[in-house]
Amino acid sequence: MKEFTLIFRMSDFSKVKPSPEQMQERMNWLAGIASQNKLVDKGNSLLPGPESAKTVRSNDVVTDGPYTEIKEFIVGYVIVKAEDIDEAVEMTKSNPIFKIGGNIEVREVLKRD
Amino acid sequence: MSKYNTPHNELLPHLFRQEYARMTAVLCSLFGLKHIEIAEDISSDTFLKASEHWAINGIPENPTAWLYTVAKNKTKDYFKRISVFENRVSPSLKSQKIEFPANFDFNDEIIADSQLNMIFCVCDPKNSKEYQICLILQILCGFSVEEIANAFLTKRETIKKRLQRARSNLRNSDFQIKKPGKKEIQLRLDSVLKGLYLLFNEGYFSKSSNQLIRKELCAEAIRLALALTEHPLTDTPQTNALLALMCFQSSRLEARTDDNGEIILFDKQDKKLWDKSLIEKGNYYLVNACGGNEISKYHLEAGIAYWHTTTTEENKWRHILQLYNQLILIEYSPTAALNRIFAFSKVHGCKEAIKAAKKLNLTDNHYYHKLLGYLYIELEINQAIKHYERVLHLTKSKTEIRAVTKEISRLKAKQQVTNKKLNEQT
Repeated sequence: MKEFTLIFRMSDFSKVKPSPEQMQERMNWLAGIASQNKLVDKGNSLLPGPESAKTVRSNDVVTDGPYTEIKEFIVGYVIVKAEDIDEAVEMTKSNPIFKIGGNIEVREVLKRD
Repeated sequence: MSKYNTPHNELLPHLFRQEYARMTAVLCSLFGLKHIEIAEDISSDTFLKASEHWAINGIPENPTAWLYTVAKNKTKDYFKRISVFENRVSPSLKSQKIEFPANFDFNDEIIADSQLNMIFCVCDPKNSKEYQICLILQILCGFSVEEIANAFLTKRETIKKRLQRARSNLRNSDFQIKKPGKKEIQLRLDSVLKGLYLLFNEGYFSKSSNQLIRKELCAEAIRLALALTEHPLTDTPQTNALLALMCFQSSRLEARTDDNGEIILFDKQDKKLWDKSLIEKGNYYLVNACGGNEISKYHLEAGIAYWHTTTTEENKWRHILQLYNQLILIEYSPTAALNRIFAFSKVHGCKEAIKAAKKLNLTDNHYYHKLLGYLYIELEINQAIKHYERVLHLTKSKTEIRAVTKEISRLKAKQQVTNKKLNEQT
């Protein structure tokens, strides 16, 4: 089994805060993966607002928010295990983020040790 | 005249169950775990004397006090013999000196403390869960080897071996029975709660169809959990959550099996048989469990069990599904995964539930096939029968085989009727 980090992205700030129904859908999706014993780390949300996100560049340049040249910003991550990347991709397909215009990047984890 | 009208041969087993373990625990805190056999011998001797004495002289006014007085005297005698042996017979032999403390007594506080200590010693995570349950039953609940073997549907010899190994681990354990510090208690409490949780489940989901044994295991688990809530160091939100869970589950003990010991599914249980006082106790401990910020798996399972006691609430299954979602995130287990799918089917329908179930990859698990069999009943009767037949291959439980066989023949009959109708139409 390999590990994959699923990186969640959104492009609309107004949709970041989920409704109770959306929360429930997310939980259902996450629990579905845990039920297959394929959840490595349930991950966390990453807050994108200016008071909780900064980007630091060379020469002491600090800007508010995530990397703004592209419209999308990261809102969270989850780590799963799967036989291969196809299986990991398959797992993401039922995630409710697609209903609100988000996307998911799937990246294989290369362990440092 | 005694206030007990019961003949001594009925009272004694009851007292034995209740006091033997406590007495042994107190004596053990005196002798140390290395000499647990001495403690057990004195307790056994005490009860032997009671059975002889009471048969002739009748039951004393206060049987418990009588027992403890005898135990105390026997302990004194033991120390006298030991000192004779040590001073005169083998002054050269190096042996550990245990002295009889002048203030030794059995009072409520010492009994409570010693019992608590003993619980902590017995629930040693070094012992496997089977070993732990055997030890709990023998040392904390006064079960005989025979009784434990019956509860596990195992041979006496197997249980004896398990106990021997578990006890030698116990004697060598470095856990200090006399003064487990606050820190040690906190470190150990997790495995203690787990031990009691296992004991309860052993009773609740017992392989044995003997109702009496099952109830007794559950009752003992509750008794010990209750003892934990009575001590400030162990009266934690988790302990209360576990106790709430046990109360809720026990409230359905009467309703969940029929006269032949067959399990009655939740939907078909006679709700009038549910024990309301236990449900109320469950509510009480569940409220107590909400004292902290932590949410343990016992909280979640108690929450699920709570919703099961409500019958009218419209969103019941939604709540249950959410709790299962959280539970599976804390700790994966095939049982939790399968139970979650059942709740999922109640919220999202059987078709979606089947899709989710097939991802679980538990094809060797008979509950998996039982669940799929159930989910397919209304959708594809052929598939339902197929899965139920897999259950028959995978389970060893006689009651389950009987129940599933009955269900298969019911479905086959139903299938024939539908086929007939179809043939008539064409």
